[in-house]
Amino acid sequence: MLQLVLIRSTRREILQGLVVGCAAPWSTGVSAQGRPVGGVNAIPSSGETLPRVGLGTWITFNVGNDRVARDACADVMKAFFDLGGRLIDSSPMYGSSQPVVGDGLRRLGAAAKVFAADKVWVSSGARGAAQIEESRRHWNIERFDLLQVHNLLAWEEHLPTLFAMKQSGRLRYVGVTTSEGRRHREIEQVMRTQPLDFVQVTYNLLDREVEQRILPLARERNIAVIVNRPFREGALLRDLQRHRLPAWAAEIECSTWAQVGLKFIVSHPAVTCAIPATTSVAHVRENMAAAGGPMPDAAMRQRIIAYVDAL
Amino acid sequence: MTEWWTYRLSDFLMFSARTYRRLFELYNAEVWPAHLAAAVLGVVLLAAAWRRHPPFAAATVGVLAVAWLWVAWAFHLQRYATINTAAPWFAAAFGLEAALLGGCALAGVRWRESTAHGARGRIGLGLLAFAVLGLPLLGATLGRPWTQAEVVGIAPDPTALATLGALLLLRDGDAAGSRGTWVGRLAWPLPILWCLISGATLWTMDAPEAPLLPLLAGLALVAARRSLSIERSSARSAG
Repeated sequence: MLQLVLIRSTRREILQGLVVGCAAPWSTGVSAQGRPVGGVNAIPSSGETLPRVGLGTWITFNVGNDRVARDACADVMKAFFDLGGRLIDSSPMYGSSQPVVGDGLRRLGAAAKVFAADKVWVSSGARGAAQIEESRRHWNIERFDLLQVHNLLAWEEHLPTLFAMKQSGRLRYVGVTTSEGRRHREIEQVMRTQPLDFVQVTYNLLDREVEQRILPLARERNIAVIVNRPFREGALLRDLQRHRLPAWAAEIECSTWAQVGLKFIVSHPAVTCAIPATTSVAHVRENMAAAGGPMPDAAMRQRIIAYVDAL
Repeated sequence: MTEWWTYRLSDFLMFSARTYRRLFELYNAEVWPAHLAAAVLGVVLLAAAWRRHPPFAAATVGVLAVAWLWVAWAFHLQRYATINTAAPWFAAAFGLEAALLGGCALAGVRWRESTAHGARGRIGLGLLAFAVLGLPLLGATLGRPWTQAEVVGIAPDPTALATLGALLLLRDGDAAGSRGTWVGRLAWPLPILWCLISGATLWTMDAPEAPLLPLLAGLALVAARRSLSIERSSARSAG
């Protein structure tokens, strides 16, 4: 059964809708439980689709050996997968997040469902392979789908390792990350010179610098974009929630500020998916709902920006 | 780290306040009933500091050395390291402080005379008493469960504060006699540094008690510095 994604019809989105119909069974718009998933975007370098909303693990999944908190993380992952989610993103920098994700995947038997996105984060290129292998063991998976050079740390040394892994079939996609507007000039240089599949940057209702150069360059170079810190680690939502949701939010089927914020991000033509992090199943449902339904068009995006900037 | 000036303190916080509090809750449950021994030890430390019998000086510092070593291993290395990549470094620092205090105890540390520079003595005793009796109650007064209480000898904050209180009650500089001069002085920086690190951690978690430990460490430092100035001035007058 094919669920056509309800989005406004730009040429790119129609193409994405067609790709949905040709993709793997669990990216055809139906979750394993038969409930419809939200919208998907295509990875430009392959055409494979990804749900527009993924799951970040910074802070939220770093719960150490706390069994109660690990259960809560597994519940979040279960809800995420049930609603058709795929991409989970972590890093060796995130404390115990990797083993907690691995624990959840093992308990849920979801290793085959997840689009595993992790990072290499070590200043020595020679130690990159060992760190990647340790990360893989934490995740309890055979291989990563995506590995990114975290915050561009020693990217000149790590990228050849990642490309070699991709070449030999031990990795599917290669990317680089930055956050909060740092090192944009350098990331541009890497995007222009390296055959990247993904780039990860910060983009949200307030932090929109990437709209100027990074996002257009990603489109030009066919690089998928993952958006981190969509809510500024919750601070943005805490500020917005002091204000009533405007009536026009209903036009894009948003009932919360979080959904407005996510729809604003994932409706940008260059963005592939956003990765909000949460410890709450209710928030997972709220976030995943924002992946589908009508997306804001250019006029609505301007309206959202104008409204938020005026607050 | 490039563009280091663009980082905020909160960028280094890699766990939630809830996870941090739960860490203490689980730690307390796992080491119980060590709290009873720690509480008895805390009261004995307080009594020893109050009476200041000469033989108890080295014992007090020795007990604190054991407490730092325990916190290094049981808290930082075994628990905190699961959520904080910096915790092994904290464990190393706590181990070093344990060695310094142990060196102080072996070098024959002595109490300051109780009549000399009363403010310093009162502040030292006050900090020690607050570390033993006040800090474990602080969480409860802020609405947190008793199970998350931080007890001297078990948790790092009260252990660091109790150490600063004890150091104020001991003769500093030449406190441990000529052999222990440098050891006694070197025992100061790490408890102060920990108070600043802990304060910064709590600050990024929006904890209302965040400024408390840095302020008390500052108070200890000012009291020590002031008494040293007075002592030097007295020595010059006498000379």
